[in-house]
Amino acid sequence: MSSVAEPKALPTNRVGLTVKEYGGLKSTLCVGCGHDVITRQITQAFYDMGVEPYRVAKMSGIGCSSKTTAYFADRGHGFNAVHGRMPAVATGAVLANSTLLAIGVSGDGDTASIGAGQFVHLLRRNVPMIYIVENNGVYGLTKGQFSATADLGSKLKTGVVNDLPAIDLCALAIELGCAYVARSFSGDMKQLLALLKGAIAHRGTALLDVISPCVTFNNHEDSTKSYKWAKDHEMPIQEIDFIPYFDEITVDYDPGTTRDIALHDGSHIRLKKLKEDYDPTNKHAAFNLLHEAREKNEFLTGLVYVEPQKKDFVALLGLTDEPLATLPLDRVRPGREALARMMEELR
Amino acid sequence: MSTVLEEKTLEHAGGASVVNDFSIHVATANGSGSMSSNNVLMRAIFQMGIPVSGKNLFPSNIQGLPTWFTIRASREGFIARRRKIGFLICMNPETVHEDIRTVHPGAAVICEESLNLTSSRSDVHFYPVPFQKLVLELVHDGKLRRLAVNMIYVGVAAWLLDIDMEEIRKAVVRQFKSKEKAVEINWNAIRGGYDWAQKNLTKKDPYRLERMNATAGKIIIDGNAAAAIGCVMGGMTVLAWYPITPSSSLAESVMDYAHRFRMDPVTGKPTFAIVQAEDELAAAGMVMGAGWAGARAMTTTSGPGISLMSEFVGLGYYAEVPAVIIDVQRVGPSTGLPTRTMQGDILSTYFLSHGDAKHILLIPGSVEECYSLAMEAFDLAERLQTPVFLMTDLDLGMNNWMADPFPYPEKPADRGKVIRTEEELKDHIRKFREFARYRDVDGDAIPYRTLPGLIDNPAATYFTRGSGHSERATYTERPEEYKANMDRLARKFETARRFVPKPVVSNGSGSRVGVIAYGSSDFPVEEARVLLARKGLQTDYLRLRALPASDDVPAFLASHDRVYVVDQNRDGQMYDVLRLELPADALKLRSIRHYDGFPLDAETVVEGIEVGEKN
Repeated sequence: MSSVAEPKALPTNRVGLTVKEYGGLKSTLCVGCGHDVITRQITQAFYDMGVEPYRVAKMSGIGCSSKTTAYFADRGHGFNAVHGRMPAVATGAVLANSTLLAIGVSGDGDTASIGAGQFVHLLRRNVPMIYIVENNGVYGLTKGQFSATADLGSKLKTGVVNDLPAIDLCALAIELGCAYVARSFSGDMKQLLALLKGAIAHRGTALLDVISPCVTFNNHEDSTKSYKWAKDHEMPIQEIDFIPYFDEITVDYDPGTTRDIALHDGSHIRLKKLKEDYDPTNKHAAFNLLHEAREKNEFLTGLVYVEPQKKDFVALLGLTDEPLATLPLDRVRPGREALARMMEELR
Repeated sequence: MSTVLEEKTLEHAGGASVVNDFSIHVATANGSGSMSSNNVLMRAIFQMGIPVSGKNLFPSNIQGLPTWFTIRASREGFIARRRKIGFLICMNPETVHEDIRTVHPGAAVICEESLNLTSSRSDVHFYPVPFQKLVLELVHDGKLRRLAVNMIYVGVAAWLLDIDMEEIRKAVVRQFKSKEKAVEINWNAIRGGYDWAQKNLTKKDPYRLERMNATAGKIIIDGNAAAAIGCVMGGMTVLAWYPITPSSSLAESVMDYAHRFRMDPVTGKPTFAIVQAEDELAAAGMVMGAGWAGARAMTTTSGPGISLMSEFVGLGYYAEVPAVIIDVQRVGPSTGLPTRTMQGDILSTYFLSHGDAKHILLIPGSVEECYSLAMEAFDLAERLQTPVFLMTDLDLGMNNWMADPFPYPEKPADRGKVIRTEEELKDHIRKFREFARYRDVDGDAIPYRTLPGLIDNPAATYFTRGSGHSERATYTERPEEYKANMDRLARKFETARRFVPKPVVSNGSGSRVGVIAYGSSDFPVEEARVLLARKGLQTDYLRLRALPASDDVPAFLASHDRVYVVDQNRDGQMYDVLRLELPADALKLRSIRHYDGFPLDAETVVEGIEVGEKN
């Protein structure tokens, strides 16, 4: 009875790591920040998927959200780039080493305002990476200015009303050819976790627009990005399960109410439809869904659009399988006869 | 040929001939296809063994605006621009009066007969040619006449200047490669022009070309293509770029050469990624990401792009990311003479970024150096873990220069201090206790780095940020840690001073007068020194090839009384850098500045030094 309890060993995943080994520094964000919840789900998703953390490249720009890449996967490299320009840095990193698992964490200012240009071209290129927008409709780090995703008519604590329309990042992403587009809410951890796992399995840009309330500047009752508003209004379009490629599919499912989508690596996303029959592989349906939701002021979450077989940028460029970064000199320096030929043409 | 030559020589017995030492100036409208004709003319002269250079003075426009092409033939091998034009070919009615007005007395002028220009000046030799009539006779396909009319002046010039028609023929075949029909159409037009000239013209001017043997084995290439070959040979693996004159052809040449010579011998796939970015911000960002992840990453741009890259370059300096940025310098922002040359970005690039930052600039002075310094830029960027700039300019980059074939790189690539494997990591930790990304363990202020995704060991990873980081790459706002890092970066710049290419120094004239120049100014400065020496003024010469300046520069200042710094910009940008860095001898420095959008010429340097020496 008086003996000291043995510390219980934490369980390990398929690559022999504990969930702790996917952790990072302690967060310095405000207590209750939605971003910290997302960080925990990223950590969990990496653990569940057995991601090798040293292959993770954590990319970010500037803002509260961009700080969070320091709070997970310490065993991976991270790059805190300049404001709004993370997409380009991530593109370069992935081209240099296509075996990296790149995950970018951005915010609504970093993505929809200063970074809109780069965001657009990242999606257009379908650069293989997970791109999470921690969307709170407000600039936190500069103390509470509206961002370009703030809803029309939304009010700041100071009473300032936003009279410009919001940029819908999901609609924009679908328009630009993104092949994995999801919207979620930091308060809906189960859904977020399944969407993150799907994003890890997907090849190409996987966009997750996650409403993540700012408890300090935008969590008041007139805000459409507050916990209360999001909780009251969230309408999941499906119930989402994720079955990784390394798990056997054992549970039967009813094809009438459930749909399986096979991802690139052999994993499956299992979608149980809730209300209406929604097909997330149909681009037109996806646009309609988003437009109608906007008109009705609904907050829909779930997998909005997916196109699992689309070629990513690395495949389009047809690069060598070995990372460009590690090719030895004899494979990147043409021989003497090649230079002689170049010179001969110029004589 | 020989009889023709004799006749003309006889006719000319009275005046002295000017052989192999003059400039041919061709005025056309852009988009008229004159580039092919001018290339044929230049190539034929080159094939006759005469040193030659070709400069294209073109507008920022695709079709219809005035363009000039100047071919300089120089038996002494001077290939800089020359003010004096001996032989003018006027094909653009819009500029014909201005073109004729500015030509030197005694010049030859080929012009359209129907314009009746022969009375516009009495001190030049006019050769009116009925181009419009001839083209109707010589070219049957109406659609081709606009282009082929330019070949007629090649034929006329060939007769007037004694250019070997066999060499013209070879140059035409080379220009149009295997397109037999194009070869025949163009050759007919040239032949027709030649025959017409032989029958109808009388040689009056003194300018002639005569076969030499000074170009055997040489190549003709522009600096952009030369730098592109350097990048392809230097192992570039990621190129991200945004189109901007005058650098676009550099990126396009990289693309061309890479697709032909850089497919993987093992897999047949490309060993490079080339991305046309959405803007220069993105291009610089991609280079940062790729360099961070271990690629030999580069971008090509010009002044406006450099401005946009400023923030990323600063980040690269602080985060210590290797990058190669090629700046083909030109005049001003927006529509400010984007197609004219300038050494305009020396000051802004040397200090590019907010905060404290200084960068390594490599400055090629020839097409050979565009090639060799492009390769070296990759080595230095990885050795010193910082952005390295290759500062060429429009004159060097887009004009045609004669050169010796480029030598094969004998040095292996220097990939710098990178810990690539578990074993290397363990060795490092044994030696230095731990891997700390920004710790100076070797005493040269260059730390070691790891690359993402290579070593499955938590001891190898680090988090990359801007200026506020500790030796161990953790975030810090502590004054002593920030300052220690800044001081190390300053020491790293001193290490760079020892690594960058040394200046080329021509000492030993015994003169107290020195000249410092850089980049494309080298050709006119060398010519100016010969001209000055002929007038009795000996000069020593130091050609800078990089910033930061090595110790050779203060030594050069110490051993001369007056040193003229030649800049192709209004503000004397290099003059300012040298005054700033070498205050002890700053009073010895004098500034010669050329800034009219044209390439520098020797006369400007001669005049600048002569005026300076009188005062």
